[in-house]
Amino acid sequence: MKLVTAVIKPHKWEDVREALETFGVTGMTVSEVSGYGRQKGHTEVYRGAEYDIALVPKIRIEIVVDDNDCDDIVGIIVKTAQTGRIGDGKVWVSGIETVIRVRTGDKDEAAL
Amino acid sequence: MDGYYAFMLIATAFVLMMTVPALALFYGGMSRSKSVLNMIMMSFISAAIVGILYVAVGWSMGFGGEGTFFAPPFELFWLDGVTTDSYIFVMFQMTFAIITAALISGAVADRMKFSAWVLFVPLWALLCYFPMAHMVFSCTDDSLICGRIGAQDYAGGTAVHINAGVAALVLVLLLGKRVGWPKDKMRPHNLTLTMLGAGMLWLGWYGFNVGSIVFGGESPEADMAQFFSETGRTFANTTLATMAAIIGWLVIERLLHGKATSLGAASGIVAGLVAITPACGAVDIEGAVAIGLIAGAVCAWAVGLKFKLGYDDSLDVVGVHLVGGIVGTVLIGFFSTADGAGGIDGVFYGGGADSLVDQVLGVLVAVAYSGIVTLIIGLAIKFTLGLRISEEDEVDGIDLSEHGETGYDLHTVGGGSSVLAASTSSEGAHK
Repeated sequence: MKLVTAVIKPHKWEDVREALETFGVTGMTVSEVSGYGRQKGHTEVYRGAEYDIALVPKIRIEIVVDDNDCDDIVGIIVKTAQTGRIGDGKVWVSGIETVIRVRTGDKDEAAL
Repeated sequence: MDGYYAFMLIATAFVLMMTVPALALFYGGMSRSKSVLNMIMMSFISAAIVGILYVAVGWSMGFGGEGTFFAPPFELFWLDGVTTDSYIFVMFQMTFAIITAALISGAVADRMKFSAWVLFVPLWALLCYFPMAHMVFSCTDDSLICGRIGAQDYAGGTAVHINAGVAALVLVLLLGKRVGWPKDKMRPHNLTLTMLGAGMLWLGWYGFNVGSIVFGGESPEADMAQFFSETGRTFANTTLATMAAIIGWLVIERLLHGKATSLGAASGIVAGLVAITPACGAVDIEGAVAIGLIAGAVCAWAVGLKFKLGYDDSLDVVGVHLVGGIVGTVLIGFFSTADGAGGIDGVFYGGGADSLVDQVLGVLVAVAYSGIVTLIIGLAIKFTLGLRISEEDEVDGIDLSEHGETGYDLHTVGGGSSVLAASTSSEGAHK
């Protein structure tokens, strides 16, 4: 099993969710986060005072997936979230040792 | 004069609305989200305290008789001897005292003890505003600014805006800078509140300026004729100067910083209203547009002074009210016309420099009086009760430390916000 984590632009989140649902992903954890990469922040000016706003709002998606689906899911996220401009975000994959469904106690693949 | 009386009832309610809630919203939106309630509360508590104090001694000190600096405080104590058909004029002047004290609060955002503010406000009203109202508005022969110097001030460029602006400057110098200023981010947290507040201030200002008419009293017919002609003039001037100041501010902002901002428009509104306040009776509509343009442009530049000079005037009370008040009061010396309320021609209308000299003297007296009295009050509080909250409380947020509340609850589980809230609610449930 793998944990796919993606940090994407907020306005792409609906498209990504629909694409993943169409593929058959049944659940995910989503959070609103702030951060920056090469895009950096932006500046705002209030009454002549310039502020560097370092953090940019992003959406973080976390999905635990079967090893066989992992590449497809990563591919869908990258393809759907891409605008080609700086600040599109990142996707990374990490290994998972075990997963348990709280309601039933099912383990690993059965719990996905 | 039934129409005049009915108009004063409305004008008085409008001016009270300028403080609660217009000024409170204007300032509240510009403050940080952790200080918004304290910012709003400083206006609301000013209304409560100054209002009652005004009825006790304020009216008497302002309008109870002769005096260079103030009239006898106990002549009309608790409105003794004032008939109820004059109450509306007491109430009208009371709302001026309230907003003048509340204006100062924008400078001390984020860091002044609420108890210190609650002590400062009545002392300042008593020693600084009530006397200044006498010197300017009562206009007895021996009153300093109106009677002796003869400076024109229709609705309070000196008594209200210069007075509050100087007090703000003195208070921030005694208080010191906020933790992290000017390095840390202290941008406005909700400019929609600020725009709403600015718009309501504009509306309320018609009560403030147009309601400030003083009748010649020669005959009922003459007073009625004056009512018709003068209210039209003050209403039109108030409107046009404000419009011109929006443009003046945005042009300077666009040239200096690249963008025309909503905060610039809101600030331009207030700068224009401040500058036309003393001048609305004295000038014609060309003068009003000129004063608005100049005030908008000068104030847009003046709000940057705090960074150059290093005083932390949080919401630019000095840059807008002190500077705007001076601009409006001094420009009367140039733009005043003999058909106006004061009957004096300024420099641009062939009247020579006499009026200009009077206006500048009026400004200097207002600055000196307010500066000295506020300094004494501020020092007295600083070395007894103390002016500032602790650094830890300031960083955590003054709303929590002084009032035990927070302005917004946006991050509770299930409450959600923006993108995610919209998405989950459209799906009906979490998956």
